Amino acid sequence: MLYAILCYHDEDFVGSWSKEQDETVMKKLAVVQEKLTSQGRLGPVARLLPTTAAATLRKEDPPLVLDGPYAETKEQLLGFYIVDCQNLDDALEVAGELGAANPGGAYEVRPVGVFRPGALK
Amino acid sequence: MSDTDGAWIETALSSARPQAVGALLRYFRDLDTAEEAFQNACLRALKTWPQNGPPRDPAAWLIMVGRNAAIDEVRRTRKQQPLPEDDQAISDLDDAEGALAERLDGSHYRDDILRLMFICCHPDLPATQQIALALRIVSGLTVKQIARAFLVTEAAMEQRITRAKAKVADAGVPFETPGAVERAERLAGVAAMIYLIFNEGYSASGDTAEIRKPLCEEAIRLTRLLLRLFQSEPEIMGLTALLLLQHARSAARFAADGSLILLEDQDRTVWSGPMIAEGLALIDKAMRHRRSGPYQVQAAIAALHARAATPEETDWTQIDLLYGALELIQPSPVVTLNRAVAVSKVRGAEAALAMIEPLAPRLANYFHFFGVRGAFLMQLGRHDEARVAFDRAIALANTSAEAAHIRMHIDRLIRDSQPKVPNKGTKGAKAK
Repeated sequence: MLYAILCYHDEDFVGSWSKEQDETVMKKLAVVQEKLTSQGRLGPVARLLPTTAAATLRKEDPPLVLDGPYAETKEQLLGFYIVDCQNLDDALEVAGELGAANPGGAYEVRPVGVFRPGALK
Repeated sequence: MSDTDGAWIETALSSARPQAVGALLRYFRDLDTAEEAFQNACLRALKTWPQNGPPRDPAAWLIMVGRNAAIDEVRRTRKQQPLPEDDQAISDLDDAEGALAERLDGSHYRDDILRLMFICCHPDLPATQQIALALRIVSGLTVKQIARAFLVTEAAMEQRITRAKAKVADAGVPFETPGAVERAERLAGVAAMIYLIFNEGYSASGDTAEIRKPLCEEAIRLTRLLLRLFQSEPEIMGLTALLLLQHARSAARFAADGSLILLEDQDRTVWSGPMIAEGLALIDKAMRHRRSGPYQVQAAIAALHARAATPEETDWTQIDLLYGALELIQPSPVVTLNRAVAVSKVRGAEAALAMIEPLAPRLANYFHFFGVRGAFLMQLGRHDEARVAFDRAIALANTSAEAAHIRMHIDRLIRDSQPKVPNKGTKGAKAK
């Protein structure tokens, strides 16, 4: 069974880390990631850009695009896609297409800062 | 408690500060009381967090504890000497209890933080005082840290901040919840103030760049905070993008000896990839709103530089167009001067020179004007006139770094304009 591990933290707090603090954390995480990679168990790893870079598309007809991250608490995270896009417009178009195929709910569209494809086949 | 734990707590306290002080200011309507209450809460946090772990919502914890500490203080004082009945702090305490009962929802603390930032931008305060005050009360830097960044003594900075605070107190803090128009005005004022903080750090010379770098980082932290509060403001996206894209170059801007390295000579591989990625994402997002503004246009220009892997790949045509747009939104001879640099790349030095000549009366004391003019004249082979312009630029330089910058420009142009030195007799003659 594949498991997704989703990372949550206070962005304000993480954003206040100095470069050194950030690097310290990333180094510690890399140790765990390397172990999993050598075991062939680690899939894609992504560090997302801050929520300030996010937009949210409500899957309505027509779709409604709002600035900022997904903020509702009544809906739950059910899945995610990683798509290579030209820009935010392009990404929103893809999201709109997906939304038309499966209306209801929302997609948060957020640029990926760091991406490692991982060792899973 | 290990040192690292201490560092994490410091980080948590500083990231919670704007929200906590902003809320305490709303309760107590007095900056000193709010700051003192926050200080007391921080002292208590340093004592209890290492044992109990940080609370789920550090800002709410600090507001609660700070507020209670201040109330206790008022009660103690009241026992010693009765306060007048209409005392503002006392009558507000009941409101404060009620307000705290309700959850600290986004819209509420948005205006708290904006207010805290906004009182630092009072138009009566000169730019340097605005910046110092914001770094002290919003960012929570110590007077010592601020003094260091401004390269002045601690006593001088203390005095500057005290004076600024007194002026703000006299002016009266706007406590009512702002309407849409007023909120937009406050936002614009705060954005300008954040840009000032950034420039204070960015305009540092090589020998002080490292000391002043925290100013740039703090400006970025504040603009990110502002953007999280006002997510649909394209100009705040633009400002954040602009600061990130400029700061991304910081590791490449100075040589080991502290001299400035021009954009086209910088080692682009040491530009910060993550900052550029975030800046580009933000400007991309801002442009979708089709509500242009000066920060967005400047960020778009910075984005074009950031996108070019080598100076030769720079899209000068687009940069020329963007400066043209900026001239319309924010007409200024300095903008035209910058545009002329792009024009020189697209249409040549002759056109660029013609473009800046009319600016001469308005920029008669601006060292960059003569630096740029000298560069154009040099490219046109008018070396004697170029020399006069460069000498004028050096005479007008405000700092030794600026003078050094022009001298480097001269050296560079001399170098570039004389690649034919070995064959002076033949090619040099042909050129004439």
